[in-house]
Amino acid sequence: MEALIAIVIGVLTAGGVFLALRGQTFPVVLGLTLMSYAVNLFLFVMGRLAIGVPPVISDAAAGYTDPLPQALVLTAIVISFGMTAFVIVLSLKARAELGNDHVDGRHEDSHEGRSR
Amino acid sequence: MTLFFAVLTPFVGAALVALASRRGRSHSAWAAGAVTLASMLWLVPSLHLPFDGTTLIQTHEWMPALGLNLAFRLDGLALLFSGLILGIGLLIVLYARYYLSARDSMGRFYSYMMLFMGSMLGIVLSENLIQLLIFWELTSLSSFLLISYWQHREEARQGARMALAVTGMGGFAMLGGFLLLGHIVGSYELSVVLASGDLIRAHPLYLPTLLLILLGIFTKSAQFPFHFWLPHAMAAPTPVSAYLHSATMVKAGVFLLARLYPALSGTPEWFWLVSSAGMATLLLGAYTALFKHDLKGLLAYSTISHLGLITLLFGLSTPLAAVAGVFHIINHATFKASLFMAAGIIDHEAGTRDMRRLNGLWKYMPYTATLAMVAAAAMAGVPLANGFLSKEMFFAELVHVSGGHIGGWLLPTLATLAGAFAVAYSIRFIHDVFFNGEPVDLPHTPHEPPRWMKVPVEILVVLCLVVGIAPALTVAPLLAVAAQDTLQTPLPEYSLAIWHGFNTALMLSGLATLGGVTIYLLRRPLFGWNARHIERIDARIPYNALLDGIAALSRFVTGLIDTGSLQRQVLFFLLAALVLGVVPWLAGDTLLTGSRTGLPLDAVSLIAAGALIIATFATVWWHRQRFVALVTIGVVGLVVSLAFVKFSAPDLALTQLSVEIVTIVLLLLALHFLPQHAAPERNRARIGRDAVIALLAGTGAAALAWAVLTRPYDTIAGYFLENSVPGGGGSNVVNVILVDFRGYDTLGEITVLALAGLGIVALLQGLHLSAPSRDDGGRAWNPDTHPVIMATLTRILLPLALLVSVFILLRGHNQPGGGFIAGLITAVALIMQYLANGAVWTNQRMRASPPPPFIPERGQPSPQMGEGANAGPTPIYDSHPLIAWGLGIAALTGVASWLFGYPYLTSTFSHMHWPIVGEFELASAMVFDLGVFLVVVGATLMILTHLGGLHHAPQTGRGKH
Repeated sequence: MEALIAIVIGVLTAGGVFLALRGQTFPVVLGLTLMSYAVNLFLFVMGRLAIGVPPVISDAAAGYTDPLPQALVLTAIVISFGMTAFVIVLSLKARAELGNDHVDGRHEDSHEGRSR
Repeated sequence: MTLFFAVLTPFVGAALVALASRRGRSHSAWAAGAVTLASMLWLVPSLHLPFDGTTLIQTHEWMPALGLNLAFRLDGLALLFSGLILGIGLLIVLYARYYLSARDSMGRFYSYMMLFMGSMLGIVLSENLIQLLIFWELTSLSSFLLISYWQHREEARQGARMALAVTGMGGFAMLGGFLLLGHIVGSYELSVVLASGDLIRAHPLYLPTLLLILLGIFTKSAQFPFHFWLPHAMAAPTPVSAYLHSATMVKAGVFLLARLYPALSGTPEWFWLVSSAGMATLLLGAYTALFKHDLKGLLAYSTISHLGLITLLFGLSTPLAAVAGVFHIINHATFKASLFMAAGIIDHEAGTRDMRRLNGLWKYMPYTATLAMVAAAAMAGVPLANGFLSKEMFFAELVHVSGGHIGGWLLPTLATLAGAFAVAYSIRFIHDVFFNGEPVDLPHTPHEPPRWMKVPVEILVVLCLVVGIAPALTVAPLLAVAAQDTLQTPLPEYSLAIWHGFNTALMLSGLATLGGVTIYLLRRPLFGWNARHIERIDARIPYNALLDGIAALSRFVTGLIDTGSLQRQVLFFLLAALVLGVVPWLAGDTLLTGSRTGLPLDAVSLIAAGALIIATFATVWWHRQRFVALVTIGVVGLVVSLAFVKFSAPDLALTQLSVEIVTIVLLLLALHFLPQHAAPERNRARIGRDAVIALLAGTGAAALAWAVLTRPYDTIAGYFLENSVPGGGGSNVVNVILVDFRGYDTLGEITVLALAGLGIVALLQGLHLSAPSRDDGGRAWNPDTHPVIMATLTRILLPLALLVSVFILLRGHNQPGGGFIAGLITAVALIMQYLANGAVWTNQRMRASPPPPFIPERGQPSPQMGEGANAGPTPIYDSHPLIAWGLGIAALTGVASWLFGYPYLTSTFSHMHWPIVGEFELASAMVFDLGVFLVVVGATLMILTHLGGLHHAPQTGRGKH
C-alpha cells in the first residue's frame, strides 16, 4: 500500500510539474492544482498510513492515527483554494491587460489576437 | 507607568485628533492641544524629582526573554527636552490652526504632528538604547509624513524623501553603534552605559562605535557633510519647519550628543571628529544663510549653523562647554521657533518669502516686525537677548580651550568669522524685509495677522528677553539640572550674567558685530562673487548621482537573478529543487527503504489509484482541451478525497470534497474568459525536456514518500490525543487542534483566506473582459435559460444544505466537521443557487446592496441577458461584512480569555443539560469556529460572486444576436 501511495504522489507531482512548465496560464493553474494534491497527500501520509482509526476520541476506538498532519492539511486545502482563486484571477487580469494568456505576457496565441 | 503614558498619549491622541477633525476644523486643533496638555500632565507628578537630584527610572517587562525592557528615564536633560517638545509643540498647535488654509486637512496635519511629538518624547525619555532607537526611527518616519504634508508639491515629496533617506541611513548606522555599545558594556540600559565611560573609551571597539553613533547624530542634526537635506525639508508647511528645526527633529541629534557625552566624550577622536564637524557646519551654515533669498532658506542655514555651534561645544569636551551647549539648545529653540513663525506670518500675509520682493513691511505690520527684530537680535547674539549669553559662553570657552594649543588663534578666529556672518544674515532678515524701500509686486497687501497667530510668537519672544535680561532668576535652575545630568558629575563654576567685565569673549563679540555690519554693507559685491563661484555647488547633484547609482546597481543585481520570464523562473526553481534534493542523497549512503512493515494492498485501492493515475495523465494529455481537462482533474480530486476516507481522515475528506466543488466552479467561471482551446506547441524539444524534468521530479517525490513511509517515527500526537477531551473539551482531535491547541495558526489562516478574497475583488476592479459569444464549435452560448429541474431542486435543497452545515458546524468539536467544512458546504449551497437560478434572481433574494462604487458600471441592460434584461444594474451580494464579522468574532474570542487572566485564545468549556436534547457541551472554541465558518463562507462567496459578476458586465464586441 505504501508503494502505491508513493507512486500516486509521484504521478501527481510529475503531472503538476509538466503542466506548470507550460506557457499558457490555464495549464499552469491546473499544474499548481495537481501539485497541491501531491503536497497535501505527502504531508498527510507523514503521519503514516492507518486504516479505520480516525482521530476521534471514543471508548470503542481501537487506536488513533496521527491527528497533527491532518490538521495541517485541512487548512492547507482551504488555503490552496484561496491561492488557486487568486492565481486564476491574476491570469484573467493579465489577459485583460496584455491581450493574451501567456504567463510571460507574450503574444504566442496570435491566432486569437487581442480580445478587444 | 507615568512616563510610559506620557509617551503613549500622543500616539493614542493621533487617532483621536484625526477623528475629531470630522466634527470641524477647529476641533482637531483643540484635540491636539488637549493631547499635548494631557501628555504634560503625566509628567507633572515627577517634575520635582530632577531638581531633588534623583533620576526617575520606570521599567516594564517587554520581552524579558531577550533582555529587552520598556524603560523610561526622567532626569534633568530629559525634563528640559520634554519641556521644549511639549511647550513649543503647544504653541505650534495654536499657530498652525491659523496658518493652515481651508484646503489643507487639519486632521491629517495634527495627527502626523502628534505622532511626531510622541516619537520625540520617546527618544528623550528612553532609558533603553534599543527602545530609544525605535523612537529615533519613528521620528524619521513621522517627519517624512510632516515634510511631505503638501503631497501635491513635487519639492515637498522630494524633500521628504531626501530627509528620510539621509536620516534613515544614519539611524541604520546608529543601530550598529548601539549594538556595539551594548556589546562593550553588556547592557542597553542608559544608567549602566553612562557609568561605564572609562570602559568604553578603553575598548578596542571604541572608534567604530563612536563613528557609527556619530553618523546617526550628524545626519539627524544636519551636520556637514550631511546638512543638505535640511534646506530641502523647508518645503514643509512653516509650522512644521518651526517645530522640526527649532526644538525637535534636528535637536534629537544634539540631544543624543549630550545624552552620551559621559560615555563617549573626552578622547582625542571625539574632540577632532565632533568639533571639526561642528566648526565646518557652523561656518558653512552661517556663510550660506546670508545669500539665501528665501526667508525660510536663510533660517534653514542659520539653523544648520547653530546646530554646528552646539556640536562644536560638545566636541570641546570640557564641562563648561557642555553647559554652554545645553544653554544654547534652550536659547536656539526659543528664538528660532519664533523666527520661523514670524517668517510664516510674513509668507501668509504677503504671499511670498522672497526677500528681493519683500521690502518695507514695517509700514504694514509694525507689531510683527518688532517681534521679529527681538528674535533676530537673539539669533545674532545682541546683548539683553538670550542668544547673547550662550554665545559669550561659547567664545569664552573657545578662548580657554585654545589657550594651550599651538595655533590657538585658529578656533576663536573661525568662530568670530561665523559670528560675523550670523550678525550679517540677522541684519539682512530685518533690514531687507521690514525696511529697504518698497515691496515689489506682492500678491497681497500685507497686514497684521490674526490675534492668536501672534500669541505663540509673543510668548517665545518674551522668553528670549526674560532669559536674556535675568538669566539667574529664570532659566538657571533648569539649566543647572539639565547640565548636571548631561555631565553626570558635579557642575563646574559658571555665572549666568550679562556683564562679565571687559574680557576676550566680549571683545570677540564686539568684533563679530562690527564684522557683521561690514559684511552686510559690502553685500552687493559679495552676492555677485558668491553667485559666480559658490552657488553652483549643489549637494543634490552628488546625492542624486548616488541614488541613481544605487538604483542601477539593484537593477543589475535583479537582472542577474530575474529574467522576467515566469516560465524560465519556474524551470530554474524546479531544477534547483531537484539538484538540492538529489545531491545530498547521492552523497550519503542511506538506504531508500526503511524497516517499517507496510499495509497490505487491496483491490479497491488499486482500482482507485489506477483511476487517479489515468485521470492525471488525461489531464496532462488533454490540457489544451480545457473543458475535458477540468473533468479529469475533478476525478483526481475526488480520488484524493477517497484516499482521505480510506486512511482515517474523515475531516480531510469532507474538506477536500467541498473544496473540489468550489474549485471546479471557479475554474469554469474563469474559463469562460480564457481561450477554451490552445494551439498545439510547436517546440517538440521543449516538450521532451519538460517531460524529463517532470519524470525526475515525480520519481524524486515518490522516492521521498517511499523512504519516509517505510520508516518508523516518533510523534507528538500523544499529547494532543490525551489532552483533547480533558483540555480542549472535544473528541474530534483534528478540530480541537485547529480551534484550540493551534488556534492562533488558524486565525492566521483565515486571515490569509480573507485577504485572498479581498485581493481578488481588488484585482477584478475595473476589469473589462469580453467572452466570446460562441464556443469553439461555433454554437452560441445559451445565456437565458436555467434548467428547470436543477433550479427547482437547488431551491428545495438550500434549506436542507444549510441545516446540514449548521449540524456539521455544531458537531465539529466532537465528530468530523467544523467551521471550515460547514463554511464550504454553505458556500456551495449558495453558489448552487447562483448557478441554477442566475445571479440576478439570487442577488435579489440575498438582499444584495447596489454594486459598490468600484464595480464597473453595469450599463444598459443587454438583450442577451435573459431575465437580467429588465433588471438594470446587477447588484452583487456584498460579503465584506461576513468576513469582517468572522475575523472579528475569532479575534475577540481570543481577547475574551484575557479577561479571565489567561493567554490569548485559551479556550474553556462546560457541560450543560437541556431537556430532550440531553447533556451537551459548550466550548468557547466553538465560538471561534463560528468565526472560521463566517470567514470561509464570506471569502468563498466573495471570490465566486465577483468572478461570476463579470459575466454580466456589458460586453463590447459581442456577436450579433
